[in-house]
Amino acid sequence: MSNATLSMAQEPGAWKLPYRGKVGMACLIIAESAIFTIFVVAYLYYAGRSLSGPTPREVLETPIFFTICLLSSSLTIHFAEKFLERGSRGAFLGLWLLTFILGGLFLFGTAQEWHRLIYEHGLTISTNLFGTTYYSLVGLHAFHVTVGLIMLGIVFLFGLAGRVGAEQSARVGVLSMYWHFVDAVWVVVFTVVYIVGR
Amino acid sequence: MSSDAIAIRVADAGGRTWVESLHDWITTVDHKRLGILYILYALLFLVIGGLEALVIRIQLIRPHNDFVSPQVFNRMFTMHGTTMIFFVIMPVMFGFANYLVPLMIGARDMAFPRLNAFSFWLTAFGGFLLYFSFLGGSGLYGAGSAPDVGWWAYAPLTSRAFSPGHSADYWTIAVLVSGFGSIGTATNIIATIFSMRCPGMTLGRMPLMGWMSMVMSGLVLISISPLTAAQVMLIVDRYLGGHFFDTQAGGSAALWMHFFWIFGHPEVYILVIPAFAFASEIIPVFSRKPIFGYPVMVAATVGIGFISMSVWAHHMFTIGMNSASNTFFVLTTMAIAVPTGIKIFNWLGTMWGGKIQFKTPMLFCVAFLFQFLIAGLTGIMLGAAPFNWQLSGSYFVIAHFHYVIVGSILFCIFGAVYYWYPKMTGRMLNESLGKLHFWLFVIGFHLTFDLMHIPGLLGMPRRIYTYEPGRGWEIWNLLVTIGTFLQAIAILMFLANLVVSYLKGAEAGNDPWDAWTLEWSASSPPPVYNFAAIPTVESRRPLWDRKHPEDPDSRYD
Repeated sequence: MSNATLSMAQEPGAWKLPYRGKVGMACLIIAESAIFTIFVVAYLYYAGRSLSGPTPREVLETPIFFTICLLSSSLTIHFAEKFLERGSRGAFLGLWLLTFILGGLFLFGTAQEWHRLIYEHGLTISTNLFGTTYYSLVGLHAFHVTVGLIMLGIVFLFGLAGRVGAEQSARVGVLSMYWHFVDAVWVVVFTVVYIVGR
Repeated sequence: MSSDAIAIRVADAGGRTWVESLHDWITTVDHKRLGILYILYALLFLVIGGLEALVIRIQLIRPHNDFVSPQVFNRMFTMHGTTMIFFVIMPVMFGFANYLVPLMIGARDMAFPRLNAFSFWLTAFGGFLLYFSFLGGSGLYGAGSAPDVGWWAYAPLTSRAFSPGHSADYWTIAVLVSGFGSIGTATNIIATIFSMRCPGMTLGRMPLMGWMSMVMSGLVLISISPLTAAQVMLIVDRYLGGHFFDTQAGGSAALWMHFFWIFGHPEVYILVIPAFAFASEIIPVFSRKPIFGYPVMVAATVGIGFISMSVWAHHMFTIGMNSASNTFFVLTTMAIAVPTGIKIFNWLGTMWGGKIQFKTPMLFCVAFLFQFLIAGLTGIMLGAAPFNWQLSGSYFVIAHFHYVIVGSILFCIFGAVYYWYPKMTGRMLNESLGKLHFWLFVIGFHLTFDLMHIPGLLGMPRRIYTYEPGRGWEIWNLLVTIGTFLQAIAILMFLANLVVSYLKGAEAGNDPWDAWTLEWSASSPPPVYNFAAIPTVESRRPLWDRKHPEDPDSRYD
């Protein structure tokens, strides 16, 4: 046993390096985290400094249901990935579609909230500092959800065409890293906007 | 394997028209071609940015000069700063990293070749967009104008009230777009280093160029992104009526300063760490000794990377922070001198007792050592808050950071061009033209930037388009401008050397400097696939091992 592993280690094939897709996505996540950090800092710095209304306390409602949707989509994409690794394409496609629907629901929730804020409370990005920081931070996140949904959709279409199998699971794993990141950012945005910022 | 290689070379050489080869260059995803494109692009902008510097200096050569109007002067210093930082030094560093990192770690290309091409073209079009502002800055009506807000673009100068028309938008979008390009390339460099190393090339055996490119790329990820975020905020303010930096609605101009310098200070290290990398490759080869203190060098680089992210507000001592912040930023600024000092001693330790060959690349690196030390010393002076209160915004600051950017970074870039040009083209650069370039540039540099400290100490503020006679500034400004012309002539000789040597230079062969890193084992220029067989590495100096099988480095690891 030990002899076998030793001789294996000396062959050039034993030279193992991390998958470049994962490293690349990790780099993107670091860069994106820095971007979000700056927007979060701006939000916190300007919290309560608006010279006119409406204020967050008056108009914001905590989006509990849609938050649950987004966070649980992290679970579904994780299991979708696991099923793909094992080669069960049907379960993968089902869970992948569920992830897409949950993400879509979240985006619908954001749209609904913005519609309410704009048409009922007259809050736009140029109304006051709260409007500027709120729409840009939440909008930046929603933009990332949208990009994620487009990519999830493309993978789903490929999956329907039967082109996504176990051998693509590493690539699918890269996309799932991105999706987990988008969810984790929402935890921060949620805390900042709906808990601390009120 | 070798017959394949020959077949590919023949197909490459087979008569291509210039349209076809232009098409090849534009659509290329080869890391070597993209590296050369980055460097050529940076040289183009070096000439443009240099001409802008000349306009600035001619205007200041005597009091009450009217060579250009105040408006044009503002545009010139804004464009000079933006160009030199974003479209000269960053692309040239990315170019060298692109060209060298895969060759040095025994890979056939970068991890993501198409992302590489995409990033280059983003950066390239960012630069062209910035310069298109000369035509489109005021929109469709009236004559165009370039941005004139300074390269920091402090609020509220960038607000609609003070920057009507589109000039500030061109600045914002150009910097934003090239920033995306930088993030793409940085991602690529890190993924290449993590995932593409040849067998045996552990991180501890990687050339210092690899380590330093990795730290530089990490800093790009962490510090270009805040700039990207701040530019997005500025666009929201200018186009959607947001209030981020609008003091009339409770916004804060100081927040822009913080966001800008959170980018701005690590940026200095993004530019200088690759310069350290060039010095760390060139000095050992021309001292005929391996680098002294490799692990300490790596640790110092990583240390600089970390500390550089906590010093940004030393650019802002004069805006009135509380004394706790002032103290913090003074101390972190002083702390960065420690790893930097370690590096200088390591380079000296490498040269100590070596058989030093003063070829042109080495000359530039030796000058870099002296000048970087002085740049660091004035940096410590400016890092002390009380001193800074006196001299912030004066020509002393200009002299200090040009000592860093020209005296340290540009000198290392010249050294790197002389060192790797044979690898890139297969021809040696002319040595006597090179020495002439070096001495002329050293004299011009010291005439300009040593003397520039003095009007700064005498109270001459930066960014003024003219000044009153009788303040003791005249003679210094005259000499500074003369030095600028010497530097310009030296750079023309450098460019001439590049062209002449490309056509008529001596054949370089694979390894003209008797060096030790893997790029010198490939032919000059290397084939598209770099290595016919992926090499295996057993020490930090794989070519030493190959040339001296009786006494390989790997024996001492």
